[in-house]
Amino acid sequence: MSTSHDIVIVGGGGAGLRAAIAAAEANPRLSIAVVSKVYPMRSHTVSAEGGAAGVIKDDDSLDEHAYDTISGGDWLPDQDAVEAFVVEAPRELLQLEHWGCPWSREPDGHIAVRPFGGMKKMRTWFAADKTGFHMLHTLFQTSLKYPSVVRYDEWHVTRLLVDDGRVCGVVALELMSGRIAAITGKAVILASGGGGRVFPFTTNAAIKTGDGMALAYHAGAPLKDMEFVQYHPTGLPFTGILITEAARAEGGWLINKDGYRYLQDYNLGTPTPKPVLRSMELGPRDRLSQAFVHEVAKGRTIDSPYGPVVHLDLRHLGAKLIDSKLPFVRELCRKYENIDPVRELVPVRPVVHYMMGGVHTDIHGATGLPGLFAAGEVACVSINGANRLGSNSLPELLVFGARAGRAAADYAETAREPGSAIDAQVEDEVRRLQRDFYARERGRERLATIRVEMQKIIEGAAGIYRDGDTLAKAADSLRELRERAASAAIDDSSRTFNTELPSALELVGMVDLAESIVHSALRREESRGAHQRTDFPARDDDRFLAHSLVYRDVDGSPRVEHQPVTITRWPPGERVYGS
Amino acid sequence: MPDQIKLRVARYRPEVEDKPTFNEYDVPLRKDWSVLDGLNHIKDELDGTLSYRWSCRMGICGSCGASVNGRPKLLCATFLTDYAPGPVRIEPLANFPIIRDLVVELTDFMHKLSAVKPWLIREEEQSVDEGEYLQTPEELADYKQFSMCINCMLCYSACPVYGLDTKFVGPAAIALAQRYNLDSRDEGAGERLTILNQPEGVWDCTFVGECSRACPKGVDPAGAIQRYKVTAATASLKSLLLPWGQQ
Repeated sequence: MSTSHDIVIVGGGGAGLRAAIAAAEANPRLSIAVVSKVYPMRSHTVSAEGGAAGVIKDDDSLDEHAYDTISGGDWLPDQDAVEAFVVEAPRELLQLEHWGCPWSREPDGHIAVRPFGGMKKMRTWFAADKTGFHMLHTLFQTSLKYPSVVRYDEWHVTRLLVDDGRVCGVVALELMSGRIAAITGKAVILASGGGGRVFPFTTNAAIKTGDGMALAYHAGAPLKDMEFVQYHPTGLPFTGILITEAARAEGGWLINKDGYRYLQDYNLGTPTPKPVLRSMELGPRDRLSQAFVHEVAKGRTIDSPYGPVVHLDLRHLGAKLIDSKLPFVRELCRKYENIDPVRELVPVRPVVHYMMGGVHTDIHGATGLPGLFAAGEVACVSINGANRLGSNSLPELLVFGARAGRAAADYAETAREPGSAIDAQVEDEVRRLQRDFYARERGRERLATIRVEMQKIIEGAAGIYRDGDTLAKAADSLRELRERAASAAIDDSSRTFNTELPSALELVGMVDLAESIVHSALRREESRGAHQRTDFPARDDDRFLAHSLVYRDVDGSPRVEHQPVTITRWPPGERVYGS
Repeated sequence: MPDQIKLRVARYRPEVEDKPTFNEYDVPLRKDWSVLDGLNHIKDELDGTLSYRWSCRMGICGSCGASVNGRPKLLCATFLTDYAPGPVRIEPLANFPIIRDLVVELTDFMHKLSAVKPWLIREEEQSVDEGEYLQTPEELADYKQFSMCINCMLCYSACPVYGLDTKFVGPAAIALAQRYNLDSRDEGAGERLTILNQPEGVWDCTFVGECSRACPKGVDPAGAIQRYKVTAATASLKSLLLPWGQQ
């Protein structure tokens, strides 16, 4: 069975829906499929809390947003991409306003903005502290207006179809029926999010298994800058649930077991009662998470059943501010920690939050494979470089979702229909799923066993601090794990809403991602942003002012190359915070 | 506190059995564990064939609605210790067709969601070059509550009217229509009237209020429906008195 469209979008979160609307508006004659393994409003964009950056106030400028982003990314972002991004971000956020997004407002009715980490001006738009939730529902509900957007809800994409080097569709599994079908198109846009679930402790939802990265990697597209994994400094200790940076932007403090605002010891400025932009608790996430590790080493953290924690102190903000600006933070703390932040300290620890790396694209969202586009966390343009600033990811998925949607629409107008060569690929894939998954002979190990082992390896080797020996050992262990992942036990052979089979597919992809992270990290013999090597503690612009590109070799092993960063107006400099 | 708790989980595999049955599983009883953590323990360690939906595990994606001891709940926001010593009965949400185990079919709701036109309708679109539509915090507060719906379906599961007649547009979809009707930027209330002001629209609701009690996000769909009945009645009256044009 096969259905045919002009554009096939994999993923129905912020980037995928923005791409769908952009393509529908660019050319209403195009048929656009949105294929998502969950109903679109369940996508992980829903969990974003703090806000979306875009220059809108008179005291701000595009150049300042660009500089904050580039310095925040430790000069690894491509500056042409950043310049395009800061120009289009406010326009995209306004567009969302016009579609009904309930942005928080000033008393006179204008858009309100709040401070955010690493940003020198107040430019973060917000919808209380459920910004991603409101953005996603606004996009999803707006997308329902467009008759040319056809949804495949709860379809799990298992492979990309490639005809003579051109990507021209996907094979997907419909969860409800177990049907496996080709969904073809002249262009495919990956918008399937990141892969935080490769790590054991993450803010990311269960669906964030990096599927789109693995699909592209298998089809021959390189992954870029995979070694840059963001730890957010404030996750709840057991669940990993995110406590938004907005809690600090509104004036919250990070304190150690002595009640001391320890960030002052890490070149992040001096403590003041009110928050100061680009200083202390409003420093960038990489530096704050690194400071935590040093506090642990000094014995100044607090022990918890889930390891060392520090405290986030919001008590001085008062119930009124917390209820108006941070109601979700209060709800989450009460529900998941039995703590009321109005009166009590919130225990937090760094938690894997975001992948700066992803499928290598240009500034239009095009990958190296003709017909394949990518946008959002699955992609690496790169505007985030070695460390993403908080509140840049939501505008990124709008700006580059829209760009990818328009670029794919352009491409689809002139591209050839998929050739008959893909029929054989579809048959192959159906056979593979039947033989390797539905009919797998009793496997030796449980999926969860392998998943936990993978997570332990990657956290041990590619956490906040890394070193060459540990990375090299991890590379060996992961190679062995790749084999085991392919033969793990699958209890469930049912065709009806089988959730174990997708988990098995996800696991294989996640091991590939883990390998790509470890190999890229091993080759980068310097420290930059979120990639800190204890054996190479300094940034090395002579050798590594460059993106890592990791390709999958025929035997499945990763191969790493490097490619120069695009510099336009901001030559590499020192990252200065706290002034 | 005992260190284990028994979960009685509804199972339904249409290829194997004609009607739902129960399987029992013992899972660790831990202070921090939600019912979802219990199910994940089953899936990972005991029985990989159990199917259920979940994703964010922080009460915002709306995936994991199920019936816990007969009440509609989000599995990720319901804690095992509140049910100790057990057993805990976990079933699919009531009022929906069951696909498999705890997974119910949402197709009907997805159609209703589109039907109420949940998007901003303007007579004239203003270009984004002219900046934002102004909206004061007070105007935002008028509809904000109704914008908090996560589409988790607990309200439909709790609604006795929907239980009897699935043609009823239902709490979440009506609340969402009201979310746009009450938005100062929207001019689409007239278009939504035809859907809401039909027998299966707001008038089916008998104001039992179960939807608002079940809602995990404080949306108060019952309040939205009652408020809309006044609007719809006024509009109907106006169209009777002023047949040449609705306001």
